[in-house]
Order: sequence, then structure tokens, then C-alpha cells
Amino acid sequence: MFIKSENFMTEENIQLTIDGIPISVPKGTTILDAAREAGIDIPVLCYFAHTTANGLCRLCVVDVEGSRVLQASCVAQVQEGAVVHTNSEKVQRSRRTILEMLASTVDLSESPELQEMVVEYDCHPERFENGKKRQPEIIDDNPVYIRDYSQCVLCWRCVQVCADDAQFTYAINFSGRGFDTQIATFFDKPLTETSCVFCGNCVGVCPTGALKSKREHLLEQGVAPDQIFELTRLQGKGKRSIGGPHLDRQYQNAMERE
Amino acid sequence: MTSHSLNLDKLKPILEKYTPDGRAQLLPALWEAQAAYGYLAEPVVAAISKALRVPFAEVHGVIEFYTMFYNQPVGHTFVRVCVSPICTQLGGEQILDSVCGHFDVQPGETTPDGNYTIEAVECLGLCDHAPAALVGDIPLSLEVAEAPSSWVPSPQAVSLGKVSGEPRWLTARCGAIAPTDINAFQAHGGYAALKKALGQMQPADVIAEVEASQLSGRGGAAFPTGLKWKFTAGAANNPKYIVCNADESEPGTFKDRVLMEGDPFFILEGITLAGYAIGAEKGYIYVRGEYPRAQKTLQTAIDNARRDGFLGQNILGSGFSFEIELRSGAGAYICGEETALFESIEGKRGYPRLKPPFPTTNGLFDQPTVINNVETLCTAAWILANGAQAYKSVGTEKSPGTKLFCLSGDVANPGVYEAPFGILMSDLIDLAGGVVGDVQAVLVGGAAGSFAGPEQLDVPLSFEGLWDAGLSLGSGVVNVVNTERDLRIYLLSLAHFFAHESCGKCFPCQLGSRRQLEILQKVAAGNATKADLAALEDVGFAMTQASLCGLGQTAGTAILSALQKWPEIFSHQ
Repeated sequence: MFIKSENFMTEENIQLTIDGIPISVPKGTTILDAAREAGIDIPVLCYFAHTTANGLCRLCVVDVEGSRVLQASCVAQVQEGAVVHTNSEKVQRSRRTILEMLASTVDLSESPELQEMVVEYDCHPERFENGKKRQPEIIDDNPVYIRDYSQCVLCWRCVQVCADDAQFTYAINFSGRGFDTQIATFFDKPLTETSCVFCGNCVGVCPTGALKSKREHLLEQGVAPDQIFELTRLQGKGKRSIGGPHLDRQYQNAMERE
Repeated sequence: MTSHSLNLDKLKPILEKYTPDGRAQLLPALWEAQAAYGYLAEPVVAAISKALRVPFAEVHGVIEFYTMFYNQPVGHTFVRVCVSPICTQLGGEQILDSVCGHFDVQPGETTPDGNYTIEAVECLGLCDHAPAALVGDIPLSLEVAEAPSSWVPSPQAVSLGKVSGEPRWLTARCGAIAPTDINAFQAHGGYAALKKALGQMQPADVIAEVEASQLSGRGGAAFPTGLKWKFTAGAANNPKYIVCNADESEPGTFKDRVLMEGDPFFILEGITLAGYAIGAEKGYIYVRGEYPRAQKTLQTAIDNARRDGFLGQNILGSGFSFEIELRSGAGAYICGEETALFESIEGKRGYPRLKPPFPTTNGLFDQPTVINNVETLCTAAWILANGAQAYKSVGTEKSPGTKLFCLSGDVANPGVYEAPFGILMSDLIDLAGGVVGDVQAVLVGGAAGSFAGPEQLDVPLSFEGLWDAGLSLGSGVVNVVNTERDLRIYLLSLAHFFAHESCGKCFPCQLGSRRQLEILQKVAAGNATKADLAALEDVGFAMTQASLCGLGQTAGTAILSALQKWPEIFSHQ
């Protein structure tokens, strides 16, 4: 299902310089991919090779000489003769500030890669320590996975794989806007009352601890594996689950069909 | 009434009308359903979702994006009090307090009898009437001391507002004729440009004339209009579209509202001309939801133009057929960003797209599209009627012609002033009756612009003159702030505006507009530290340099310009 769209078909090559290294890549290549080809690592967060790149997090910004503002390298394509700096002072200042704002808003405790970036860029999120945080309650509305949006960075990957990038299920979208945006279902209904098919794609692409299998979540809470089985699975025909009202309803529906 | 007992009969005609076009009619369907039911209840939304074949969660996401859509019960009439920087400067917050006190509710709440919902809104585009409010569909100009017990139940609509200046090329008819009288419009030179173009000119000639005039966009970005038309005309795909951006939402800007309410046919003429020039058969005019009066005037004008053969099939016997559809925004400043506006017409959340590709090849419905500001299209019509040479007879060499300036704040006579480019800011302020008090600061260009100090009043208002002074023309805003005002409160209001209007798509603006607001709250309270101000500069830098669209890239500009000019007002007191 995951197809990476790249412009392999063009014969035309583009010459450019990235951090002083001359490089030639096919027309249509992003600066991010060109840099990787030259062995230069540009940090990314929202970017994921198997979903449509939207240029959201802006951590991958680079300095292209002659450009008015920095460019998001995950979506900006190489230009002939371009001179690109992937780690200029402007780039570092932007990345550091974005990471500081993110770390002061979202719980990154289960995002080791982001924590490493926070250290690498010498970030001081405590500058914004009294700033508003996003701390919604954990949503535990189904037997399969939990949603902890206090850890959500709004990379959109889950929404994309639920929709046109993979599953075409369209169970989730957004509520609110701006700082108060959150991933949401239709009228905030439990996932069991939506078109969700529990394919797990969203959990698989989540870069933080926001989406997690319920088993993993319960193990972390110190719940014993036996109990988890009781909490999350039907315990054999004719027995009611204790997984919550929604699971009960699914169970009832199944009984009615029989 | 519970949501489950809702009778969906009222929805049937709405769905029948909009189902054929599917998602592209989502916003109109939501507007009509909301008007029919008072709010967008779940079963109503579900029915719309099914009929228009848009996933449930996505329709919910659309409703959540736009502040004028409500999925919970609201009052019968909205009382929307403007708390933009311009209205705040003149007492908007006190008016909000007094109306909330009168009804004993908080902003955003509904009175217990269900009659009124009181809202604080970011900008109503009534800066010439500030402090302003909108009661239902009626725009008001208020006095701070005015009792809500009188103006809420019996609101008195404001006039068009002050329109003045010299020469009056674009505003000649504003206030002089009945705006929806198509005969009066023609008697005063209207439709001369369209008749000339359809009768005597090839589309390429129309574009050449606009190019020769050096007209550049009046929405803020100043892209050469002729070039935009030429690129779109030359794009391979069909159909092509022309979109008029009437989502004027930049605090301090109200010129397009005055054109829409004062001379709507002029805009239709400009759109139709552009359609002819680029080979489009369909045009859209996207008007912000906060302009109900302008929408009504425009819709009447569209109907009258169609009746008299200026829209529809075979216009004036020329063989050219063209239609214009009016679209209402629903409370989102970001939809003035051209690609976010396309998304909105397409029935989506108003997220700006990545550029490239540009609208000239991949615009509305992914088709080649010209998108122009209201004033730009009117100017193009004037140029076609009078010639590029005549247009260039005033103004400066690099900024020819006239411009509509929006004068507001502490001037004697706020209003729209038409003047040649290059007029000194001090002369323009004199046209508006001069400063009330002494100048402390002038916000030039809009919320996305920057501040001029009292020492800069002699700056020439042209693209190049402002550029040399480190300022920008933006949408033509000149908002004067006198020395009696607390600039920190003004800046706080600016910061609030951007935090409220950030769409949330890219991280720098989504997070930065919030952090900027929090630091400005400290500044206004007099307890911002040096470290806070260093953080403010970093936040502004990251938004300017790394944001995805023009909103984020300018969300810190005005505040940073104030910090640079007047660091003392930011410091710990």
C-alpha cells in the first residue's frame, strides 16, 4: 500500500551544493533526499517516507541562499545551482526554538528521538515553563489501543494513514484549530462508534507515545498479563467482557447476529 | 428538544440543492442548515455528510475549524463585539465587558432565555466605525458609554462610512449611487470596460493592457496582476477559474468592504473581465462571514447583472459566457491566504497549501486559477476603461496609480481615502482631519505590517518608499495610535489575534503564536523579564523564518518592530 512517490523517470539532473558538497540528483528530488544522498543528516519529525509530506514541523528547514525565508527540505525540491546550508545559525535558531516550544507544550517523555534533539540543539524549554500545555485526558474507549493526546505533536500521520495514504477509513480528523487543534472523531465519539476498523496503522506510524496498544499501556500501569487478557478480550462465548460499554455493545451486536 | 428528536424535513431542500456538487458545497450546506436549525446538531451534520459524500470525521473537522459554525445550541441572535487592536484601542474591551455585565454572561456564552450569544471577535472590518459590533447581521458603531439595553435590542446600522480623497478613480461611485442600481452604475461609467473588452479586444489585449499599467496586487503581496493573468491564461489545463478574494480580515482593513457595499457591480465587472482575459467561465467571490451586509449587496448585484445580461450565457452578444458564485467564509482569517481560500471553497478546513505549485497552474479544484483582491479587480476594470497610460499619470514611477488607504484609530475622520501612490503619510493623515492628540505610533500595512514612529510620518506611501523605510504597504492600513494609549495593550491584542487565527498546520506558528501571546500578557502586566524578551525575539524569528505560509511569516512582524523601536515599553516596570 505504501508507495513512495519519487521522480525516477526524469532524465534531467540538477546540480547543487549542500553544505559545500557538490551533488547531482534527478529533477524533482527533495532537498532532504538530496542531502541524505550526500551523507548529510537533516532532522525530521512529521516527515515519514510512507505518508504524504506536508511540511508541518519545520524542523527540517534549511537555508537556501537567495531565499527570503528558510525552506522545509522535506517538500522543497532541488533547484539548479542552489547553495544550501543545512545547519546555519538561522536554521539552528529556528530548530531550537521550535523544539523548545514543542517540549514545553507536549509530553515528550516517551519520545526518545525528540529528547535527543532537545539535547543536541541545546534547548531550554523551561523558558516557556509557565506556557500553556496540551494536557487532555487519556482516551480509553476501545479494547485495542489508547489515545494519549498530551503526547501528540500533531504530525498528522495517523489522520493520513486512516484516510488517503493507506486505509481509506476516515475515522479520525481534527477538532479545534491553531494551538488547540486535536485529533478527533466525529463529535468526539468513541472509536467503536466510528468507521474505525482497528487496522492499527495509526498506532504504527505515531512517532510519540500518543497512540499505543492497550496491552502495552496496561503493562506500563503494572497490570498483570492475565488481567489484561480479561480486561481487553472477550472471555469465550457467552461471557461478557469487562472492557467497557462500547465493547459490550459490540458483543451484543455479535450476539444478535447469531 | 434532544438531538435525536430533530425533524430533518427542513434539511431536504438544502440537500437536494447541494448534493449534485458534493463536497464543494459543504460550506454553503452547513450555513443553510445552521440557519434552519439554529446550530449544527449531530443528526443534521450526519445527514449532510452522507448526502455530500464527505466522511463524518472530516465534516466535523470542518465545523470545528470555522468559528462561525456551532455544533452546540446557541442564542437566537449573536452579539459580536470587536476586540481587534483597532477597536480595543478605542474601547472595544469595555463594550464587551458592559454587554457581558448587562446579560450576566461570559464571552462565548448564551443568555439563559436563549435570545443572545455574546462573542468577542477578532476583527469585524468596521475599523472606520470603531469601536464596532455586529448584532445579528447589523453592523454598529458604538460609544463606550452606550447602554447595551438600548443598542442590543434596537441596533442602528452604520452608514457606508467616510469615503474621500483625490482623485476618486476607484471610489467615484461609492456613496454617490444606489449600490445595486445597475442603470445608475452604467450611467456613471460602469461596464464601460467590459463592453470595450468584449466588443473590441482579444483576451491577450486585455492582459497586455493590465501588464502595461504595472498594476500589482492590493491584497498585501503585491504580485504583478498582468503577469498572474498571463501565466494562468497560458496554463495548459481547462477549466480555469477566477477567484475574487474578499476575505478581508486584516485588522485595520475595510476598503474592500466599502467597495462591496458601495459599488458591487464594479467588482463583478472586474471579475468578469479577468474571466474573459484568462478564458474562465466561472468566477467565485469569497466574502468573509463577518460581512453579511456586503454579501447581501453583492448577491443582489449578481442577480441584477444576470437579469440584465452582464452574467450568464453569451454576455452582451459577445459569445462569452460567465457565471459568478458568491461564497461566504465562516470565521477564519487564514482563508484570506489564497490557497487556504481554495481549500475552503472545496469544503475543507482552511489550511494553506504548500507552494509550489502555484495557483496559476494548480489553484481551485487543482485547476489554473487567478486569485485577486477586490481592489485589484476594480483597478483592472478602471484601467481597461481608461487605459494604462491614464492610470500611470498619477503615482510614482515604480508604484503608479491610486491606492485605497484605510485610516483608523486616533484620526479625526476615519475612513477610506483614495490617493495617488507616493502621498506622504502625514498628508494622508491630514486628509483624514489630522491626528487626535499626539502620535505615539502608526501601524502601517495591517496586523502583518509594522510600526512607524512619529519621526517617520513623512514617509511616502509607495511600495519603494515604504520599503526604504523598513515598512510595507500591506493592505493599505494606516492606524494611528496617540500618546494617550497604552501600546502594550494594543500589542497584546495583536498577539491575541494571531494566536486565535493561526490554523495550526505548521509548528512554528501553531506554537509560536501562543507563546508570543503569553509573553505579551507578561509585557502588558509589566512583569516581562529580559529572558522573556529574548524568548519573544526567538519566537518571532522562528515564525518569520520557518512558518509555512504568509500568516505565520508575518505573525511576529509588528510586535518585533515595536520591540526594536520601543524596547522600554516591554521592560519590567
